[in-house]
Amino acid sequence: MTGPRTSRYARDVAVVAFAQSDHLRRTDELSEVEMVMPVLHEVLAATGLKAGEIGFTCSGSSDYLAGRAFSFTMTLDGVGAWPPISESHVEMDGAWALYEAWVKIQTGEADTALVYSYGKSSPGSVRDVLTRQLDPYYLAPLWPDSVALAALQAQALIDAGETDEPALAAIAARSRADAGTNPHAQLRGAVPQGDYQVRPLRTGDCPPVGDGVAAVVLAAGDLARQLCERPAWITGIDHRIEAHGLGLRDLTDSPSTRTAAQHAGFFDAPVDTAELHAPFSSQEVVLRKALGLGDTVAVNPSGGALAANPMMAAGLIRIGEAAARIHRGASDRAVAHATSGPCLQQNLVAVLEGDRA
Amino acid sequence: MSTSGTSGTTGAPGATGKEPVAVVGIGQTKHVAARHDVSIAGLVREAATRALADAELTWADIDAVVIGKAPDFFEGVMMPELYLADALGAVGKPMLRVHTAGSVGGSTALVAANLVAARVHRTVLTLAFEKQSESNAMWGLSLPVPFQQPLLAGAGGFFAPHVRAYMRRTGAPDGVGSLVAYKDRRNALKNPYAHLHEHDITLEKVQASPMLWDPIRYSETCPSSDGACAMVLTDRAGAARSPKPPAWVHGGAMRSEPTLFAGKDFVSPQAGKDCAADVYRQAGITDPRREIDAVEMYVPFSWYEPMWLENLGFAEEGEGWKLTEAGVTEIDGDLPVNPSGGVLSTNPIGASGMIRFAEAALQVRGQAGEHQVPGARRALGHAYGGGAQFFAMWLVGAEEPTT
Amino acid sequence: MTAASPPEVLRAPLVVEFPFTRSLGPVQSAFLTGLRESVVLGVKTSDGRVVVPPVEYDPVTSEEIRDLVEVAATGTVTTWAWNDRPRPNQPLGTPFAWALVKLDGADTALLHALDAPGPDAVRTGMRVRVRWAAERTGAITDIACFEPYEDAPDAPAPAPGAGPAPHDGVFEDAVTGIVAEARLDYVYSPGRAQTAYINALSEQRTVGERCPSCHKVYVPPRGACPTCGVATTDQVEVGPAGTVTTFCIVNIKAKNLDIEVPYVYAHIALDGAGLALHGRIGGIPYDQVRMGLRVEPVWTEGGRYPDHYRPTGEPDADYDAYKELI
Repeated sequence: MTGPRTSRYARDVAVVAFAQSDHLRRTDELSEVEMVMPVLHEVLAATGLKAGEIGFTCSGSSDYLAGRAFSFTMTLDGVGAWPPISESHVEMDGAWALYEAWVKIQTGEADTALVYSYGKSSPGSVRDVLTRQLDPYYLAPLWPDSVALAALQAQALIDAGETDEPALAAIAARSRADAGTNPHAQLRGAVPQGDYQVRPLRTGDCPPVGDGVAAVVLAAGDLARQLCERPAWITGIDHRIEAHGLGLRDLTDSPSTRTAAQHAGFFDAPVDTAELHAPFSSQEVVLRKALGLGDTVAVNPSGGALAANPMMAAGLIRIGEAAARIHRGASDRAVAHATSGPCLQQNLVAVLEGDRA
Repeated sequence: MSTSGTSGTTGAPGATGKEPVAVVGIGQTKHVAARHDVSIAGLVREAATRALADAELTWADIDAVVIGKAPDFFEGVMMPELYLADALGAVGKPMLRVHTAGSVGGSTALVAANLVAARVHRTVLTLAFEKQSESNAMWGLSLPVPFQQPLLAGAGGFFAPHVRAYMRRTGAPDGVGSLVAYKDRRNALKNPYAHLHEHDITLEKVQASPMLWDPIRYSETCPSSDGACAMVLTDRAGAARSPKPPAWVHGGAMRSEPTLFAGKDFVSPQAGKDCAADVYRQAGITDPRREIDAVEMYVPFSWYEPMWLENLGFAEEGEGWKLTEAGVTEIDGDLPVNPSGGVLSTNPIGASGMIRFAEAALQVRGQAGEHQVPGARRALGHAYGGGAQFFAMWLVGAEEPTT
Repeated sequence: MTAASPPEVLRAPLVVEFPFTRSLGPVQSAFLTGLRESVVLGVKTSDGRVVVPPVEYDPVTSEEIRDLVEVAATGTVTTWAWNDRPRPNQPLGTPFAWALVKLDGADTALLHALDAPGPDAVRTGMRVRVRWAAERTGAITDIACFEPYEDAPDAPAPAPGAGPAPHDGVFEDAVTGIVAEARLDYVYSPGRAQTAYINALSEQRTVGERCPSCHKVYVPPRGACPTCGVATTDQVEVGPAGTVTTFCIVNIKAKNLDIEVPYVYAHIALDGAGLALHGRIGGIPYDQVRMGLRVEPVWTEGGRYPDHYRPTGEPDADYDAYKELI
């Protein structure tokens, strides 16, 4: 078998398994660990590995979503960290936990990694919670919510002639239609565009609020081939951040996505699939432009974040969904993207490839 | 958007083994109870620019930024690294945010070191901070959770029963905790960045300080600080250009175990033992007591010094307190522990672990100033957090590692 | 017994609220003090652009920037979004537009609310001016909002190259900090295992859960055996009596606790439990509590948890009997 064509790193590392929960509006009957544990079991079962055989574990989550400090310490109970494990945690989307794990494998200190992330948005008002993410002196005191900020970006796109409301509605409709075949999605099938939430964004342009979990197993080299029939090789991965202030950025573009894509080798060859973490329909427009995606690319065949957007997990899910398509032979080269911060401030791009026959 | 520094993504297909990692820049703030003169950005910036200046590098030389801090509720800013991207020169660059409870300062440094070791980046800025004066540490640590039994004691109440268990297990006499506090506060007088500078400290004063959570006295507890610590880590080529002697990373590891479980040993957690053993293995250390010249360990309450001496393999089980009592851990002793004054003298929670790592590096660079341990060649930096469940350590040396 | 889902999962409000005290540093201090004095300041970047609101560090070069300039209180909308249903704490209680406004003299835009009769009255490129708050304290909310403003038709365009005037940023009685009240409301639910535990407590029974793999009994159960990473299943009643494994004497009053000091805070291994839980010891002088003391819970009317534990009068447990539970 031939290895991935464009790997630029010391070790070939692949996503060998992906699992996710059903994404639901609320999961009151489950604590975070009760929600996470079955997904960890599922992803490990897919590889036949036991928790104790994993070389490195890394998770992503947010205390602010949970409303409790150190919330991630309890979720570790679902891993079974005994005997003690080599483990870390990022206060970020799980896509960045995957990045940390990928780096760990690149050092040679681990050959496998378990990556998971989760978010329960149902206990709080996520629109208000996310205002606490903004500059605490000039922005947070005004409580501009996440939909409002995305709407400012959408209007900038419309003013620039990059999109219009019917085009945004089409993105929303396509996403929910594609989610029809995704049993984990929160919104599936036709969803009315509805009223303006914050104009120009309508209900259909916004992601559902919900709870969910994702987990991925990474493995290096021949081990990846043993654990997975068709590993999804991470041939490139990179992430970049932009200035925080919205007024300092061109909201119609995402230079950080483009830079990350360059460093991940995305532009070296065409992709057939793109899983983009675009919680708002308008953000898909920005990301398509940054990556120069044409109509031949299947964008968010899973339904994307418009069909399920569990905070802190939705980015990792994009990598998992892209990898799963490679696992089942539906894709040969895919790009996965994750975002964080207001109006796409921080972006991660991973390029995944399957072995060619 | 700046793309400076992006050329640092090297990729070295075919390269085998890890890239050696060197600490070439270290900076910290003067740690105090409240830094009313700066914003959060101003605080972290101060440590970062000092680390850059120490390395004689500029923002353009930095390929990526790895930042850590303890819970976001301390400052009331969710994922504050987003707002701090501009201040830390991260615009256009990769930025990671680590959170592993109290060990976070250490694990943040290790994540940064791995970026270099994996040859993903050549030069990385790592930084950890806490600005506790924006809120109140106890509030942040003990947000009331519905249905749960309220905490029945303050921070010390969590640790004091474990100290009593240690005393029962080892027969350590009452006064050992005071000896540690007296030593660390005196050491802090030699460290211009330390928070507590108790110029009139005496052993009698420590011993006479109020018993807050018996067996822990007031003077045996850590302060609550505003502060930040930063380091510049780089590869072999970067180290060759370093204007000052680098500290080389000889070993680094993290270990975690669950918060609470049947059979957990709070006095000497297995995760701590395993983490130390991994670091010693990487560094080729077989007799830590003899081969390590200085230790910066995370001692938030003074009794944790003898406890960690055992956990880290510097003493047999039950014997750690004897080292302390015999003065072995004094700055002029055989195994100086916390020559900087330690967490007992300075505690910006999220940064405390990184300060341990940085102080260990300062020692082997010979840059520790008045609290320099003469001739220190190998030093251990140690951090822990959560319910004594997360451990992060590194061993740094004056020589480039041979393996 | 199996751990079937309880009929009703517990829920309760969880309020996270704190008045954060934020120190500002020199640039933000000058800007917010300026707002108090109805003056809008910006800062010049290394390449000569004027950033409003002023940041402390150049977003392009990362250099510290400190050259303040005064810009106008009038400006142009660069993008906007109509907010028909204002949320609590937002600048206006009536429908308004969020707007990014480039003030005259600035090269970047500032985010704030724009008071307009409706979305049809707002467009990108429209002219607006600051509406100052009646009472100003040195905060971003000193700008109450923006409002539409039509320049005099023949107002002269600013002379090219003139640029905004430098400002020393010095004001009398400068604002150096703000208090940022922040309250977030959550509805907390403890999940299946803890709900079962809490419901049993209401009958003054302590019910843990056994790990099907290692057979240890977890009290309180959290839904997973943390060493095996599997769901705990069988419910097991433990106690009521137990052994003090270790403790401390609390001599300092905690802020939110109404307990007279000194008192003993102990780790108590209830009989049958695989690990200790925490409780207060009463019914015995504090200085006579010891490791190995046998205790039992004392409940008070309506208490969710035992008020405290008191000695049972049994002989102390042997150290070897509980040392693994410390």
